[in-house]
Amino acid sequence: MSDQALKTTPLTDAHRALGARMTEFGGYEMPVQYADGVLKEHLWTREHAGLFDVSHMGPSFLRLKHLSGDAKADHEAVSALLEPIVCADVKGLKRGQIRYTLLLNATGGVVDDLMVARPAGDDAQGVLQIIVNAGTKEGDFARIAAAAGDTAELVRADDRGLIAVQGPEAEAVVAAIIPEVADLSFMTLINAPYDGGTVAVSRSGYTGEDGFEILVEAKSARKLWDRLLQDERARPIGLGARDSLRLEAGLPLYGHDLDETISPVEADLGFALSKRRRLAEDFPGAARAIGELGGHLTRRRVGLRVLEGAPAREGAEIVGPDGGVVGRVTSGGFSPSLGAPIAMGYAPPELAEPGAKLGVIVRGKRQAAEVVALPFVPHHYRRKA
Amino acid sequence: MRFTKDHEWVEESGGVAAIGVTAYAAEQLGDVVFVELPEVGKTVKAGDPLAVVESVKAASDVYAPISGEVVEVNGDLPNAPETVNSMPEKDGWFAKLKLSNPAELDGLMDRAAYETFLSTL
Repeated sequence: MSDQALKTTPLTDAHRALGARMTEFGGYEMPVQYADGVLKEHLWTREHAGLFDVSHMGPSFLRLKHLSGDAKADHEAVSALLEPIVCADVKGLKRGQIRYTLLLNATGGVVDDLMVARPAGDDAQGVLQIIVNAGTKEGDFARIAAAAGDTAELVRADDRGLIAVQGPEAEAVVAAIIPEVADLSFMTLINAPYDGGTVAVSRSGYTGEDGFEILVEAKSARKLWDRLLQDERARPIGLGARDSLRLEAGLPLYGHDLDETISPVEADLGFALSKRRRLAEDFPGAARAIGELGGHLTRRRVGLRVLEGAPAREGAEIVGPDGGVVGRVTSGGFSPSLGAPIAMGYAPPELAEPGAKLGVIVRGKRQAAEVVALPFVPHHYRRKA
Repeated sequence: MRFTKDHEWVEESGGVAAIGVTAYAAEQLGDVVFVELPEVGKTVKAGDPLAVVESVKAASDVYAPISGEVVEVNGDLPNAPETVNSMPEKDGWFAKLKLSNPAELDGLMDRAAYETFLSTL
């Protein structure tokens, strides 16, 4: 990546104008923090509304080339193309519903985590909206396009703007501009008119807070960003706080807490293995996953409270009661909400239950740590009443 | 006060020097949430790691700008690490060293030279 010019998003100029400190992430030049700094940005998001540029991610649409005109049949046909490479019940998605799922390799390791959605509109059946991670998107898109064969085409939408608005005041901030969003519940999406075009708004995010992700045409992205920022309840939030927010929410970050050797069960993402797919045993690595669910598990993702000393960062060794190394930290840092260090990592199942006393090695010294239930900070998703 | 290219400062008085990080460094680090101080009695050479500061995002070493023995550490700092941000060149000091080679001070920048150096970054 180093010899290539960094890619920009439709909002890069906006970040510079706001005085952001920029960094490389996933091949893009992205804001790591603004003038407020990570701590204040983090806490602002938990109390008000944070605005995040996540345009570096990989939104795309998988479209059937030939529609039958029967919405149900067309949805099933496009889902049948994606299902062999993920573990979700894509066919079972209702109109306007989003699901978190995992792209898996032949041995059941996680190639990426992603969001797949069935659009709501009559004009968008036989279409799936798929959003993958920035760092993995080229490989993911190739994998999905190969699965689609000649039957569907994968249309990239990663030239557009993708803006996340997260926090308890997110609904008020977004509904002031796009009133339709007030009706959305967690993990649903709609299309709405904006600036002479259409935006796709989903009630989702990666902070543990209520909020939205808005996919907007590049030419309208800056206008929407600036309009959102006019609301004094909203402030821009960089990738630094995005990372500490998702860590507190116990959400894994691909390339850190997830990789191609780790299975969904090891990652404690069993909820992403849909019941239909589990019973049919028809997803990649199904035999492994089912064996692991049956108890054949050697490691599991855990949350750790570091009870003394410095934050334990990615790569720090996790040690058991006898001092032997039992795993490693995959994400770790300081929790602004708790005012204490927290971490996620992998430990053997017998040491992975809340209350288990472990240690982490930071700069050669053992510090006491304890397994705690995830998330560290409760989620505040707006589910249907 | 004298300065290093790693953005530490040294203030010497009677053969003992207080050491901290500059306002520029504090700004670059962001909100400091944890500091690790050396043990009193530890001997360091110029350029050795002396302390660690951690922001929400990352850990950074603070290097000893000069050689000597740690004779005092700032005991208020572990409970108030934000002092590194609010008063980096005063109450945010990390440790005091008894200099083993005071001539090393001559190799460090004065404020004017440090500010010139900052303008090149």
